[in-house]
Amino acid sequence: MAHGNSVFRRFLLASTMLAFAASAQAVTEIQFWHAMTGANNDRINDFAKKFNESQKEYKVNAVFKGSYPEAMAGAIAAYRAGSAPAILQVQEVGTATMMSAKGAIKPVQQVMADAGEKFDPKVYVPAVAGYYTNTKGQMLSFPFNSSTTVFFYNKDVFEKAGLDPNRPPATWPEVMAAAAKIKASGAATCAFTTAWQSWVQLESFSAWHNTVFATKENGFGGNDPKLVFNGPLQVRHIGNMQDWAKKGYFTYAGRKTEPESKFYSGECAMLTTSSAAYGTIKQNAKFKFAVAPLPYYADVAGAPQNTIIGGASLWVMGGKSKDEYKAAAKFFKFLSDPERQAIWHQTTGYLPITLAAYELTKKSGFYEKNPGTDVSVKQMIVKTTDKSRGIRLGNFLQIRDIIDEELENIWSGKKTAKEGLDAAVARGNEQIEKFAKTAKE
Amino acid sequence: MEKRARFRSAWVPYALILPQLAVTLVFFFWPAGQAVYQSVYIQDAFGGNLQFVGLDNFRDLFNDEHYLASFKVTAVFSVLVAGLGLSVSLLLAVFADRIVRGATVYKTLLIWPYAVAPAIAAVLWVFLFNPSIGIAAYWLKRAGVDWNFVLDGDQALMLVVAAAVWKQISYNFLFFLAGLQSIPKSLLEAAAIDGAGPVKRFLTIVFPLLSPTTFFLLVINVVYAFIDTFGIIDAATSGGPGQSTEILVYKLYKDGFKGLDLGSSGAQSVILMLILITLTVFQFRFVEKKVHY
Repeated sequence: MAHGNSVFRRFLLASTMLAFAASAQAVTEIQFWHAMTGANNDRINDFAKKFNESQKEYKVNAVFKGSYPEAMAGAIAAYRAGSAPAILQVQEVGTATMMSAKGAIKPVQQVMADAGEKFDPKVYVPAVAGYYTNTKGQMLSFPFNSSTTVFFYNKDVFEKAGLDPNRPPATWPEVMAAAAKIKASGAATCAFTTAWQSWVQLESFSAWHNTVFATKENGFGGNDPKLVFNGPLQVRHIGNMQDWAKKGYFTYAGRKTEPESKFYSGECAMLTTSSAAYGTIKQNAKFKFAVAPLPYYADVAGAPQNTIIGGASLWVMGGKSKDEYKAAAKFFKFLSDPERQAIWHQTTGYLPITLAAYELTKKSGFYEKNPGTDVSVKQMIVKTTDKSRGIRLGNFLQIRDIIDEELENIWSGKKTAKEGLDAAVARGNEQIEKFAKTAKE
Repeated sequence: MEKRARFRSAWVPYALILPQLAVTLVFFFWPAGQAVYQSVYIQDAFGGNLQFVGLDNFRDLFNDEHYLASFKVTAVFSVLVAGLGLSVSLLLAVFADRIVRGATVYKTLLIWPYAVAPAIAAVLWVFLFNPSIGIAAYWLKRAGVDWNFVLDGDQALMLVVAAAVWKQISYNFLFFLAGLQSIPKSLLEAAAIDGAGPVKRFLTIVFPLLSPTTFFLLVINVVYAFIDTFGIIDAATSGGPGQSTEILVYKLYKDGFKGLDLGSSGAQSVILMLILITLTVFQFRFVEKKVHY
């Protein structure tokens, strides 16, 4: 690689110099790689365009780089070849990998301080800011698009099945009772489904019940936590879901967003997924629907606590010039504007990541006009505990894949809930150990 | 006596093969060398913290029951893809060869799927068999089959095998048809006069004379099933449900590009490389001996 690198680097250097010579001298141009599609992509391009028009010194190039893992793999390859983007959008599961990449990233708090920009982590919603803050209290990345897990239900089906469409089930036993009624009345062929099963039914589920998912404060306190999501509560819930699958109340439809289409096509009556699905569902559903808080078990002490975030944050890559860092800082300041944050929240279904954006949206009457859009916010704006702050694990992406595989084995009846979760914990712990080997502090 | 053309100077032949050699070096040997190099190190995603670990990555792999399970999936998958792919296309080629009227239309239609990219082929099949909206899934359900390949591993495997075979049939078909047409008609006519029926003629004359083609296609199809079906798996099932369709090349991709574990991914490439080399050598040394040229 060494030879190839230097040749490649020289080539890049030459081409960049040419590019620079051609463009006006004073403008500092930086690359911003992201993974937003559809309407969210338009919104990001719009942000970049407005930023570029607002001043003359800096130019941000927003580039779509495929899915989150693709964008990240691409940026890593680019970093190794010495041509990383200045700003990279990284999914929440990639957080630990980025944090341990010393030298490859520059903490956002540092970037802001060096550029002389004011940056106060306290303006952010605690559950969001806490996720991207290291053990020393330094905020490492810039929170951008965060979502959380919520419950959607089809009001028309509820009415047809003889249920009260204005009283969504609040607990899992109530979900189950509603599912039985929907099935028996034939109001829908599929009663309940879930997207992002690992995130919703295990990660967020644990935080929501103030139950530990992994030791060392769910991985916030060090690189070598042990997974413990095979506890009695999780086994009970996954076992229940297996039972519902057998009875036909729960229909498994895929690991990612595939189940969402089953909901907005009208096939499934109830869905748990990301709050950010709101826009897509609203666009496609030809029936009345509503958002409700994630169901819980009422007999568990401390439940409901808070749900945890998904989505992504913006990281600043290492090895850039002072001017480039300044450009990144200016762009972040631009994005931090409460008005902009409020628009982002209202149009995408992502959380308002600053308290000011939340207040602004509340004052504008948005929540009254769009009932249910504040469910996610209310689930998040509480004081978090060590068990509910979030989950940060090395090789989290692989651990999620492992959990997906084992859950599929449970839904199809190949394993019991206990066997499946035990296997997922054991296999996941191997991944964490592997990660800890290369990520020594 | 020597009739072959000879080069006067020593370097001309080398110069002539140099471009091909350069391509092979840059696109095959260099990446392969990289894989071997990576396989004995562990490193974090950004290339920092490089540590030499010897054969640890390999040892971890062979202690990992899920990696071993992936071998089994790959074996079943490639036997099915190569076996079905070859037999179906041979059947089609034999029939196409017998047709007199409208032969071009049939041939053209049969060749079409080859122009479809693997990922697109997968999307088409998934669309047909999608448990909630697919028309084929609807028929299956009407026939009483509990069709849900999202959850049923065997069904998922059948689906990716079908897509992979469908995609490869055209290629096999072309070669088989060419092979069939190069068999001298006089041989078949002589056999017919001697009283051999179509089946007997196929078994005793056509199939043996076709064996070089069959052998060539066997090698190509096994390699295809091992490597090129990646796009189909990725678009149709992403290796799931569970690990039912996670063939070696998919696991390698998942660990390397999504999991960013370059050490293990490098070790897996080396193993895959060795398997393919062994298989190809085996096929040439042993299967080839049974082949009539």
